[in-house]
Amino acid sequence: MAGLLPEAGRTALILTLSLLLAACAAPPLRGTGDLGVVIERASGSVQVVDNTHQRSLGRIQGLGDLSHASVVFSRDARYAYVFGRDGAISKVDLLTRQLVQRVAQASNSIGGAISSDGKVIAAQNYEPGGVRLFDADNLALLADIPAVTGHNGKPSRVVGLADLPGNRFAYALFDADEIDVLDASDPAHPVLARHPGAGKSPYDGLASMDGRYFLAGLYGEDGLSLLDTWRPEQGVRRVLAGYGRGEQAMPVYKMPHLRGWSIAGEYAFLPAIGHHEVLMADSRSWAQVAAVPVLGQPVFVMAEPSGRHVWVNFAFPDNDKVQVIDVPSRQVIKTLQPGRAILHMEFTARGDAVWLSSRDDDKLVVIDTATLNTRSTLPAREPSGIFFSWRAGRMGM
Amino acid sequence: MDSGPVSRLLAALLACGLVLPAMAAPAAPAEPRASQLLQLLHNDCGACHGLTFRGGLGSPLTPEALQGKPDDSLAATILNGRPGTPMPPWRPFLDEEEAKWLVYYLKQGARP
Repeated sequence: MAGLLPEAGRTALILTLSLLLAACAAPPLRGTGDLGVVIERASGSVQVVDNTHQRSLGRIQGLGDLSHASVVFSRDARYAYVFGRDGAISKVDLLTRQLVQRVAQASNSIGGAISSDGKVIAAQNYEPGGVRLFDADNLALLADIPAVTGHNGKPSRVVGLADLPGNRFAYALFDADEIDVLDASDPAHPVLARHPGAGKSPYDGLASMDGRYFLAGLYGEDGLSLLDTWRPEQGVRRVLAGYGRGEQAMPVYKMPHLRGWSIAGEYAFLPAIGHHEVLMADSRSWAQVAAVPVLGQPVFVMAEPSGRHVWVNFAFPDNDKVQVIDVPSRQVIKTLQPGRAILHMEFTARGDAVWLSSRDDDKLVVIDTATLNTRSTLPAREPSGIFFSWRAGRMGM
Repeated sequence: MDSGPVSRLLAALLACGLVLPAMAAPAAPAEPRASQLLQLLHNDCGACHGLTFRGGLGSPLTPEALQGKPDDSLAATILNGRPGTPMPPWRPFLDEEEAKWLVYYLKQGARP
C-alpha cells in the first residue's frame, strides 16, 4: 500500500478510517439536557428516559436497595449519582447507560447533594448518622462528619441535605432538633456551623432556589424552621407556627418531602403535617398567606416552573390521586386519578409536561400541564422517584 | 404477590419444630387479603421502616430488632400507633388478627 498511495493520500485515508471507527464505537452525539433517571425501587434498577420524545433509552441494573432512592446530577448533566437506601452511591453515565462507579459508604442512607462547584458529593446518612463527602470524579472519601448525638444516644439521623452557594451544605438532624451548615470549600477539612434548638423532629428540608434560605419541616410541631444563610447570626426562627391550631391532627401514613420546587415566584407551597392542607407562605416574609384544603395528607407539593399551578400527591390511602391547585384563586381546580400509588412527580425543565410514577400499575404517566390530558404512558417496574437532568444547573436540587 | 408459598413455608417450619413453640402461628388470612396485607407491609410500612425492614425514620423491624418484644404489644403498636412518634394507628385498615399475623410474619424474618 505504501508504494501505491502518495504520503498525503495515505494520511487522509488513515484519518477517514479512524473517524469511521470512532463513529461505530461511540453512541451518536446528543445532548443530555432533556434526559432523566427513573428509579425502579424493587428491582434495583434505573431507567434513563428522554423527556422530549417521551421514551426510555435503556435500563441500568444492579444498583442495590433503591427504596427511597434519590438522584443528583453532575453539572455537565452527563452523570447521575444515585443514592440508595443501603448506603451505596452509584455513578451512572446517562449517555452510555453504564454504571461507572459504585461505593458502599454507609449502612442506611437517605440521599445526597452536589457542591456548587460540582466537585464534591455529600451523602446524608441515618446509620451511621452524619454526612460524608466524596470526590465527584472517583467517589473517593474526602471527609466524614458524624452528626451530634441525638435523643436516642446515637449520632442523629440526617435529613433534608441541600447544597448552598460557596460549596456549603445545609441539613437538619431528626434526632437532635438542629440545623447544621457545612462549609466544604476545603472538602478534606470542612467547617461545621451548628444551630441547635431548631424545632422538634425535623423530617426534611429544602434550600430556596437562590440558596439563601434553608427551611426544615417539623414533624413534632405545627411549623417549620427557617435559617436565613445571609444572616446566620440571627439563628433559626419558626415560621408558619401553629398552622393546625384548634384542629385535631390526623395520622400521617407517609412523611411528606420538601425540596426547592416548593418555592415559585412570590410564594412557597408546603405540606401541612397531620392536616389535609397545603400551606401557602410569602417567600420573603414567610408569613402564611393561605391554607388550601386538599383531599388527603400531602406528600409532594410541587410548583410548576411557571408558578401558576401547584401539583400535590398524597399519602396512603389516597395515593391514587393527584390534585392541581390554581395559585391565583388558591383553589383545587382538578383531581386526577392517573394510576395506583403515585409516588412522585417531575416537571420538564419549563413545565410543559409532568411525569408521574405509578408504583402499583408499573407505569409512568406523562401529563400535559396545559390541558391536563395524558400524553403517554411508559412501562416501568414499580417506579418511584423521577429526576430530570435540568436539576444539574439548579441550586438545592 | 402470592402468600401461598409463605404460608406453606411457615407451616413446614412449624411442623419441624423450628419455630419457637411459644409463638403459635396465627391463622393466615384468606386470599386475596393475605396478599393485600403483605403489599401494605412491604410498601407502606416499608416507606418508613425500609423496604428490607432495616429501619429508616421508623425503627428496624428485623427479627433481631423485634426479639424479646411481646407479640401483643407489637400488635397493639401497629393498631394504635405510638403517640408522640410518627408511628400512626393502622386500625382503620386492619384488625387484631391481621396485626398479629403481620407480627408473626416479621418475627419469622420472612420478606415480602
